[in-house]
Amino acid sequence: MSVTYQSAPSASSQRLRRSLASAPVRIVVLVIAFIWTLPSAGLLISSLRPANDITTSGWWTVFSHPFETSIWTVQNYVDVLTAHGLGNAILNSVLVTVPSVVIPITIAAFAAYAFAWLEFPGRRLIFTIVVGLMVVPLQMTLVPLLRIYTQLDLNGTFLGLWLAHTGFGLPLAVFLLFGYISTLPSEIIESAHVDGASPLTTFTRLVLPLSVPVVASFAIFQFLWVWNDLLVALVFLGTQQDVVVLTARVAALVGRRGEQWHVLTAGAFVNMAIPLLIFFSLQRYFVRGLTAGSVKG
Amino acid sequence: MTTSAAETPPTSTLSNLTAGPLRIVVSLVVPVITFFLLRGAFIFMRDVNANKILVGIVALIIGVGGVWALYLVTDNLVSILPDRIRESIRPFVFVGPAIVILLGYLVYPTVRTVYLSFLDARSQNFVGLDNYAFALTSSEMLIALRNNLLWLVFVTSFVVSLGLVISVLVDRIGRWEPVAKSFIFLPMAISAVGASVIWKFVYSFQPIQRPQIGLLNAIYTALGGDPQGWLILKPWNNFFLLAIMIWVLTGFAMVVLSAAIKGVPAELLEASRIDGANEVRIFFGVIIPYIRGTLITITTTVLIMVLKVFDIVFVMTNGQFDTEVIANRMYREMFSFGNYGHASALAVVLLAAVVPVMIYNVRSLETSRR
Repeated sequence: MSVTYQSAPSASSQRLRRSLASAPVRIVVLVIAFIWTLPSAGLLISSLRPANDITTSGWWTVFSHPFETSIWTVQNYVDVLTAHGLGNAILNSVLVTVPSVVIPITIAAFAAYAFAWLEFPGRRLIFTIVVGLMVVPLQMTLVPLLRIYTQLDLNGTFLGLWLAHTGFGLPLAVFLLFGYISTLPSEIIESAHVDGASPLTTFTRLVLPLSVPVVASFAIFQFLWVWNDLLVALVFLGTQQDVVVLTARVAALVGRRGEQWHVLTAGAFVNMAIPLLIFFSLQRYFVRGLTAGSVKG
Repeated sequence: MTTSAAETPPTSTLSNLTAGPLRIVVSLVVPVITFFLLRGAFIFMRDVNANKILVGIVALIIGVGGVWALYLVTDNLVSILPDRIRESIRPFVFVGPAIVILLGYLVYPTVRTVYLSFLDARSQNFVGLDNYAFALTSSEMLIALRNNLLWLVFVTSFVVSLGLVISVLVDRIGRWEPVAKSFIFLPMAISAVGASVIWKFVYSFQPIQRPQIGLLNAIYTALGGDPQGWLILKPWNNFFLLAIMIWVLTGFAMVVLSAAIKGVPAELLEASRIDGANEVRIFFGVIIPYIRGTLITITTTVLIMVLKVFDIVFVMTNGQFDTEVIANRMYREMFSFGNYGHASALAVVLLAAVVPVMIYNVRSLETSRR
């Protein structure tokens, strides 16, 4: 106790010195964070202003009288969700995203488990090739896949897009899941084997429940990747009203309605809403997943 | 995890119930039924006119259950084989689907694209290196290559150095650190399309006598300048586009580097302070060497992302006003010009640019892990 008592004054004076020294640093960081947030804030504020106001005065003018109710409206959101087809596009995006996340995780988890814990000839070689495929930029595959899809009538179908996202996501998923599953304690896996559990039972009852953290991280990464993807959706799904996803729809609005800012601002914010929600609620997994997955081709 | 819980009971009852010859019958019948169910669902989903909600439900059943069923059924099928063969085949039940999908979606298309890059626009006649001559020497492509180089140099250097500086600063602000980090990292959650709309609004241009609604022009005119159409201002428009990517990726670099900086042992820093080193010298002499591995990883990662940049250019200018980049040009060759030879050659150029960086990246990842 006496030690803490004695060291307390020096620690607090050190803290004081540090906080004084960090005051300018704090201001610099504050300014940077402010600049970084300003563009998004401008979009959010504008999306809540009447269409006419957006084009006749800057969004920052709302701060001169922020409590006047006439300067705020949700009409833009009502418009984009109904008249501009974003409601439908949200549904399409969900239909694209959920299987595009679940399928690659399932397939990668089975494969990663086999690579880590089952013996078979060529194991190391196959694993190296699978992970090595991360270097292939997905642009490399577009022309041949598009041709095959046209022959199989898979063009413009959700199924085609799920499989494409599965293929593009697999090398990274196997790489990440293997990194985790292979480090599980071998005693657990072996004792399950001794108890007579089949590899499948070991996998579903033991390995998968233990791998929840890495699965969650990859799931968030893959979710964001698919939800925010434009290129793959444009190539394999197209922009037909009945299948178009949110990003492609908003991109089309930008092209066609260059200056209709009330539509664009609300549309962009609808596109951003779910990722932002996940970002704020699951921040730890979110950051982990994004940083782990950033090498994706 | 609900999936495994929901799917496992049928298998165990199945194997309990079918100890004798019945087991073989069941093991053979179940795959056939599953096959026809999946095939029916496949055909149903290919039908674009099918009811949305219904497709959605089938989608979830296929997406979640179908894949699981595939593994359970094949595993069961393998179980009826004699012992020795069984255990040598089983691993391939687990890795097989992954291998098949990778062969179909990455290996075959890559080989095929290389082949197509030597054929003409409609992939009928062999044209030698013509497509590569176009990709590397035509005047339009030279602009695209120049722009990609601009993006590479400026985005990478700004993202890494800004990310580094911010991560060092943010480390010293105490309890506000997570909040500041959140706001700087936030653009990473936004799609490139969303980011493009945000910045199109910032760069928005109004004629001189009207009030400016774009932030940049408002500041510029307030300082006495005339409003500018930033996105058509050659060649500076490229910088306004790549600023968007800097905005998106800086937070990402900051988070990764910040984690590395927190790993620098406090004793090491204290020792240098006692030796009289000032903060700048500590930064360059202690912190940077210590996090060198992470710096390399983040730099190569950003390089790869920048090489493949597509969405921002596609949405902002679609490559007009001399802002073209390789990936966007490739998309236009496919869909606007229908020139598959050009598109394939551009893809190969991208691959050739990405592969060395990626190999370097994975190598340094592996050494840092050991």
